[in-house]
Amino acid sequence: MARYILRRVGQGVFVLWATFTIAFFVLYLLPSDPAALIAAGGGGEVDQIDPALLEELRAQHGLDRPVIVQYGDALWQAVRGDFGASYLSGAPATSLVAQALPETLKLTGVALALAVAGGALLAVASVFPRARALRQALSALPPLGVALPTFFVGLLLLQWLSFRVPVFPAIGNEGAISLVLPAVTLAVPAGAQLAQVLSRSLRGTLGEPYVETAWAKGAGRGRVFLAHALRNAAIPAFTVLGIMVGGLLGGAVVTETVFSRVGLGRLTVQSVNQQDVPVVLAIVVFSALVFVVVTLVVDLVYPLLDPRIESSGITESRRSTAVAA
Amino acid sequence: MTTTSHSHRRRHTAAGGALAATAALLLSACSGGGAAGGSAAGAGGAAGEPVAGGNLTFAITVDSHCIDPQQVGNNDAIAVARQTVASLTAQDPETAEIVPWLAESWEVNDDASSYTFHLREDATFADGTPIDAESVKTNFDAIVALGATASLGSQYLVGYEGTTVVDDRTVRVDFSAPSAQFLQATSTFSLGLLAPESASLSAEERCAGKFVGSGPFAVQSYTQDQEVVLEKVAGYAWGSQANSHTGEAYLDTVTFKVIPEASVRTGALQSGQIDATAAISTVDLPQFDGNGFSLNQRANPGVVYNLFPNESSELAADEAVRRAILKGIDRQQIVDTVLSAQDAPATAVLSHSTPLYESLGDALAYDPEGAKKLLEDAGWVEGADGIREKDGKKLTTTVTFWQTPDALELVQQQLRQIGFDLQLNFVTVAESQAAKESGDFDFDYYNLTRSDPDVLRTIFSANARNINQRDAEEVDDLLDRSAATTDQAERQELVTQASQLLVEKAHAIPVYELSTTIAASEKVHDLKFEASSRLDFYDAWVDAA
Repeated sequence: MARYILRRVGQGVFVLWATFTIAFFVLYLLPSDPAALIAAGGGGEVDQIDPALLEELRAQHGLDRPVIVQYGDALWQAVRGDFGASYLSGAPATSLVAQALPETLKLTGVALALAVAGGALLAVASVFPRARALRQALSALPPLGVALPTFFVGLLLLQWLSFRVPVFPAIGNEGAISLVLPAVTLAVPAGAQLAQVLSRSLRGTLGEPYVETAWAKGAGRGRVFLAHALRNAAIPAFTVLGIMVGGLLGGAVVTETVFSRVGLGRLTVQSVNQQDVPVVLAIVVFSALVFVVVTLVVDLVYPLLDPRIESSGITESRRSTAVAA
Repeated sequence: MTTTSHSHRRRHTAAGGALAATAALLLSACSGGGAAGGSAAGAGGAAGEPVAGGNLTFAITVDSHCIDPQQVGNNDAIAVARQTVASLTAQDPETAEIVPWLAESWEVNDDASSYTFHLREDATFADGTPIDAESVKTNFDAIVALGATASLGSQYLVGYEGTTVVDDRTVRVDFSAPSAQFLQATSTFSLGLLAPESASLSAEERCAGKFVGSGPFAVQSYTQDQEVVLEKVAGYAWGSQANSHTGEAYLDTVTFKVIPEASVRTGALQSGQIDATAAISTVDLPQFDGNGFSLNQRANPGVVYNLFPNESSELAADEAVRRAILKGIDRQQIVDTVLSAQDAPATAVLSHSTPLYESLGDALAYDPEGAKKLLEDAGWVEGADGIREKDGKKLTTTVTFWQTPDALELVQQQLRQIGFDLQLNFVTVAESQAAKESGDFDFDYYNLTRSDPDVLRTIFSANARNINQRDAEEVDDLLDRSAATTDQAERQELVTQASQLLVEKAHAIPVYELSTTIAASEKVHDLKFEASSRLDFYDAWVDAA
């Protein structure tokens, strides 16, 4: 087990390094001049910039050095947790990420809870009822939820529940009430995805022999569903959960923009638009870190859910369950 | 020295005072361009006496993580920063005249290289320290020291030799060469005054709003990407003559909320979650014309949206080709098709709200036949695909730009009619900046907002920016001389002649005028434009709740 974890941590470090390196060179290759961006004061709209001033800025930020030296230096600094100062404000990139993070964690945390609760409920509801028409109607909801673009859901909710009937604020981060619409928006695709996987796996599980046995032994409908079938059907859904966390981070980019919320998503949009390289690098590496950690945690939790899955065979069994899902 | 405005500005511009704009146009034309046009009337207009108290929420589109007036260059950041500093002078938005603010009076020497300002007695910074001659020197020295990060201010101070404290109330600013633009520059936010201690703060701390200013409002709180709250400065009593009162600001607070989505800004204004914004998209503007709202539009002064030929590239070096493009653009159609009804086609290189503007009249008329003839005479004959050719070469070139592409897409179609193939290279702001710097483009495209005709010289003069990358010629002499005279009549003559020459040789290919529109709830009054079409919240007030 310890060896397995060590190997996985090693892989994680490699992923982080590769992410950093690719991001660094992609950003470096972009046809723009960071010195001009710094001089433009965030607007990118200053026409005439004295070349001497640009030289001075390049020297100040070490941009006049060969790219490989810049890379080595940036990597070494990054290892020590320093991604340099934002081109826009001069604040450390890591502190910008740290400032934006709590708001995004709140948003994604609430959205995840809503998605899990809503997704599981919908999955059970689309399999449980005896009425075939009702089951079919409910089964059609998850694909719809997955298909709706996040910004569209967000704008619809805003239109109905903020602009027409002023129930929720349209903008800002103030108070729990401002969290409702964005969290629902973000939870829709995630919950729908979860419901899709869970209902399919639930239907599959209901055909398993052990469920037949449970029926035969006279277990009630509720008991068969919740105690026997759902427990086993949850494993593929759990895999999806790991991927969903990444999806939520991505969804935050759109949601935070539509709802004018501060957070990591907005910071990403802003930094990419302005090509604020240190901040983009910090965000990219942070997101990679989240992915690595979540995947590792999901893999480690499998054996706890299903004792048949040994840690040594984790990757394979996980893949096969995911495919089966 | 100058800023181009946001592309979205253009899209959110418009509406408001068609009449006002037309009237201003006529006025400018009649007075020989001496006056800057544009409506200076506030949003909501005059509805009774101003009431002190109340709060205003205003939506901006982006937070560029800096609100230090001496460092900002982005329209939204400027809207915030402008309110926090007072300047030595102010510019009257109606007459374009430079009027007293912190300086009661001033003298300029004959070749515009030395300026002496006499400060008023009573003015203080927001923390109560007096605004004296020493503090002016500290500010100007600090802007020069900031260098590239204070790009606007340091370009206004090009050739700065130093500031001399003559006495407690008198300062003299000296330049190594004539700099007629400097007087107008002292009215801008970029040369607005911060308390001397703020000059010693790091650029980063100043960006975060930790400065002490001299304006009618001070920063109460700044949450990046979310909002900036300004509160009125108690005891402020030195409003400029360009405003309609001199005491404290009427509003208790102004909250700038960052709302990146255009449709959300529209919904938020409609539902009363914000009180005003200058960023409503063109299609949504009509719903705020009346119905409990008001619109107020003003053309940005400075150089209008232009195609700038790089004359070191083969095709753009050909004067006949450049002039054919100039004649081949139907400016009125652009306004009628992709802009709002209140927008104006370019009538000169400068917009009609710029001081010393004069219409060039027929020089910018749509003349497709004339354009075709020019090309025929130059040996460009129509090829099989409708695109002209000469010696096996196609008449095709590229314009590099980052602004909203609507207008240029129409220009592309119009030029196609004369057998000219204009390719659109739509890039990010950052890429366009890099292209400008390296000179690697056939045609550039932008506008520059500045309420002084010196903007012509800084862009076109072969001895300055030299956007055309051409050798010096007659027009450069005119432009350079316009920077060295303080005589208005002489300057007018030089600027007009230079504009005519620029268009005659098609070094400039003007397209349309950028404008800014404030959309506001009808409870908001006197939210105004200053002469540079930047927002001015000092006279603004709201109906008592």
